Amino acid sequence: MTTQTIRVEHVFKKFRRGEYHDSLRDLLPALSAKLFRRMAGRQRELKQQEFWALDDVSFKLERGEAVAIIGHNGAGKSTLLKHLTGVLTPTRGNIVMNGRVSALIEVGAGFHPLLTGRENVFLNGVILGMTLPEIRRKFDEIVAFSGLEDFIDTPVRRYSSGMFARLGFSVAAHLDPEILLIDEVLSVGDFMFQAKGVEKMKSIVAGGATVVFVSHNLQSVLELCPRCLLMDHGHLLADGPTSEVTRSYLEIGRRQHCTETGQPAEISSCTLRNADGPSSVFQAGEEIFVDAKLKITQPLRGVDVLVRIIDGSRYEASNLSLERMGISLETLQAGEQLEFSLRMLAHLVSGSYQLSVAVRDVARGRDIVAMQQPLAFFVKARPGDRGVANLYPTLIDYKRGDATAAQSMVPK
Amino acid sequence: MRFERVRKLYKFRELLFMLTIRDFKLRYKQSVMGVLWALLMPIAVVAAGMIIRLVAQSAEIKGFEISSIIVKSLPWAFFISALRFSTNSLLGNSNLVAKVAFPKEVFPLAAIAACLTDFAISLIAGTVALLLLGHHFPATTPIAFALLLPIIALVTGAGLLLSSLNLFFRDVKFIVEVILMFAIFFTPVLYNVEMVGKWAPLLLINPMAPLLEGIRDTAVLGQMPDPLWTSYACIMSFGILIVGYKAFKNLENMFAERI
Repeated sequence: MTTQTIRVEHVFKKFRRGEYHDSLRDLLPALSAKLFRRMAGRQRELKQQEFWALDDVSFKLERGEAVAIIGHNGAGKSTLLKHLTGVLTPTRGNIVMNGRVSALIEVGAGFHPLLTGRENVFLNGVILGMTLPEIRRKFDEIVAFSGLEDFIDTPVRRYSSGMFARLGFSVAAHLDPEILLIDEVLSVGDFMFQAKGVEKMKSIVAGGATVVFVSHNLQSVLELCPRCLLMDHGHLLADGPTSEVTRSYLEIGRRQHCTETGQPAEISSCTLRNADGPSSVFQAGEEIFVDAKLKITQPLRGVDVLVRIIDGSRYEASNLSLERMGISLETLQAGEQLEFSLRMLAHLVSGSYQLSVAVRDVARGRDIVAMQQPLAFFVKARPGDRGVANLYPTLIDYKRGDATAAQSMVPK
Repeated sequence: MRFERVRKLYKFRELLFMLTIRDFKLRYKQSVMGVLWALLMPIAVVAAGMIIRLVAQSAEIKGFEISSIIVKSLPWAFFISALRFSTNSLLGNSNLVAKVAFPKEVFPLAAIAACLTDFAISLIAGTVALLLLGHHFPATTPIAFALLLPIIALVTGAGLLLSSLNLFFRDVKFIVEVILMFAIFFTPVLYNVEMVGKWAPLLLINPMAPLLEGIRDTAVLGQMPDPLWTSYACIMSFGILIVGYKAFKNLENMFAERI
């Protein structure tokens, strides 16, 4: 008996851009056009519509391994996951799965709005691969996890989207699989629920299941998976320890950050570094340097240059401005060049962040130009805290015992 | 591996069961009359039949004629609704078809099973109605129930085929509607085959015709169904079931991409 649970061997998948013919009315002209084209010997035109959504992807997973798949939108992550579930079949190549597979591709897929929460839990559970006795046994646990005890007999059509997603996730989280495939489902619900979801996933991983996890949330990727695959345009770019692979993922983001030309101002470069050199992973409290160059192409009045940092939940963690740092940008001439370097301290909680630079028209209150693609960076804090601010906690006292003889037991 | 197969079959059964219940429940959710709608469709067909007979014959309708209309309308109403619902079943569940991996035939089968539940309700009501009208069920009646099997096979085969084709060509559901609209004229539901004289064999080519006639023969007239035409219809029905299933399975792995 092999210990390999997932084996993906040289998998290719061909997709087609453009429309399929969905009605006979479309098909008949298309067929005759095809016939005509074949006679004219111009078959290549059809082939041009095709592209490889997966291009020679191979990897192996041992039993009990947890691996994350990261990559930009359209990189082929979800397509790969759909091949693992068996929804899609590869054009070429081989996929072997040993074990009971459960897939969390979309939370609440198969929920029907007219049915009550209770009915949907059963329906969705069976759809995701549980048996009815199993669902009956776990029902109370599922409902308790979702926190929707009071609404369980209400049709889900009247649920808020957050409630809907919470119930969907709760059902999915109570599967008992040997292989678990998760596609970006931890991002549902509020902050509290997300933390609960990550904890649940951790316990599933700890329970010995093989887990494949697709996510944009680098924080949960780092927490859950020691190994990581990086996809880009259908290729498997990297396969290795998560901390290394996430770094090369952030590198990809760094290559494409400047603004389009033809704007009143251009941000010609913007880079992040620490004291030693270019970096996108910072320890909490470490220095972060931002170096930026801007070019002014049209005369501007009353502008300011902003540096914004948003966290993984898209909250603004910080908003800095040159004006507030004492630089007046009352008038700018065409052809002028601005260059600045900022030093900041990463007083942030662990997580992924995005930094972007913008030139803002202060009077009108809108951005004249902003970076097309923000710079992503990552902060590692110890202990791994959550929330919005890093308060650098240190445990200075902790007592446990009966009232008379409490002992201080602060770990050294 | 064998154990795996048994487990899969068990799962499939549960899934079919849950989806059937869902389809059945959904049909009558938020309707005032609820399950009574399961009776309305057959009642409408029976009423239409009686009106046509009254106009055409301008004579009093004999008791056994009403019985034969009832006996034929109920399976016909099932056939129509099952075909309609199964044709739309894959498209109607598109997010599941595209996202979850399990045998996709569960959708058309569940749609048909939900219609079968409707049919069972209307069958009970129809039996009560027939008894109230003073109908005496002859000894051959059980054979009529056996003749429902090829009808189910026929609608399942057609449903599997049409539901998958409907994914590739959205025209299919309109074609089905048109055919179903005319089908009542070319199928001996409201009339009997012997009424059309020498054209009868042409009508009987439609496998539903000999089956409905057979049901009337056994449940109303108390005689055996025509052996030749009945075997023809059975062979056709189960043939369509096999062809439909094979076609469905061949197209299945393209569903997720084409939806």
